Amino acid sequence: MYDALLFLHVLTAFFLAAAVVMFSSFVLGGPIDRPSKLVAEILWGVGGLGTLGFGIWLALNRPEYEIWDGWIIAALVLWLLANGAGARVSRDLRGVGGGSTITLDRRAVFAHWMRVLWVVLLLVVMVWKPGA
Amino acid sequence: MSALAVIRPDSWFFPLFLHIAGAMVLVGALTLASVYLIASWRSNSVALIRTAYMSLFYAALPGYIVFRVGAEWIADKEGLADSDLTWIGIGYGVSDLGALLLIVALVIGGISVRRMNRGGTPSPIAARIVTGLVSLVLIAYLVAVWAMSTKPA
Repeated sequence: MYDALLFLHVLTAFFLAAAVVMFSSFVLGGPIDRPSKLVAEILWGVGGLGTLGFGIWLALNRPEYEIWDGWIIAALVLWLLANGAGARVSRDLRGVGGGSTITLDRRAVFAHWMRVLWVVLLLVVMVWKPGA
Repeated sequence: MSALAVIRPDSWFFPLFLHIAGAMVLVGALTLASVYLIASWRSNSVALIRTAYMSLFYAALPGYIVFRVGAEWIADKEGLADSDLTWIGIGYGVSDLGALLLIVALVIGGISVRRMNRGGTPSPIAARIVTGLVSLVLIAYLVAVWAMSTKPA
């Protein structure tokens, strides 16, 4: 049970990272067609829900972790920040998708790079587990 | 118990972080390339094919190097460099196979980009071959993610 949960948690974290790379391509001027935008949104959605759901399940499943541990609370806050920033970018990309390159407005670009920062910090917290 | 659940010495943090972050960039770039290449099958879009090949060169290759350096570093720190554990074997096997397939994909992609830079059209056969290679590497890395997270004996 624990192995399966951990695998699914890590796998969905990779989905999240793949989505971040894809959105980075869009922000850096890569072409945005409907399939690639759809795949990026699905990876971000499944990755976000999977890391959160399986992460909480893992915390409840293991006696050495508690959901109120400082590093788990920090991870939850970073997850919320990353999703908030991601929602801003997705809103800006709505309606785009003809294989063209577009220039996002500066706030959306800033939101995207903040999302990258939050995801990197999330990985730092997950690997380091400060205070665990 | 999986190593992710173990409290590790602080000195292990950075190499492990590099290893995982590099792997994430690598998998992300391979996903991007395969999605763009599959999308280009119908349109033969130069922009999609060029960006797919560029993502292999500018993101997958550096991601692979960081991931592999991190792997060697953390294996050395944990005293696992010469280990015959199954999950370590799967990790090295997938990593070596992945490097080989990535190099082949980069060479084919590089030839196609050169052709596009000279005003030619990208070869749809090359795009399909690279799609296959990249998809194969992605599947192999999913197996590696399973082996690294569950650490089968």
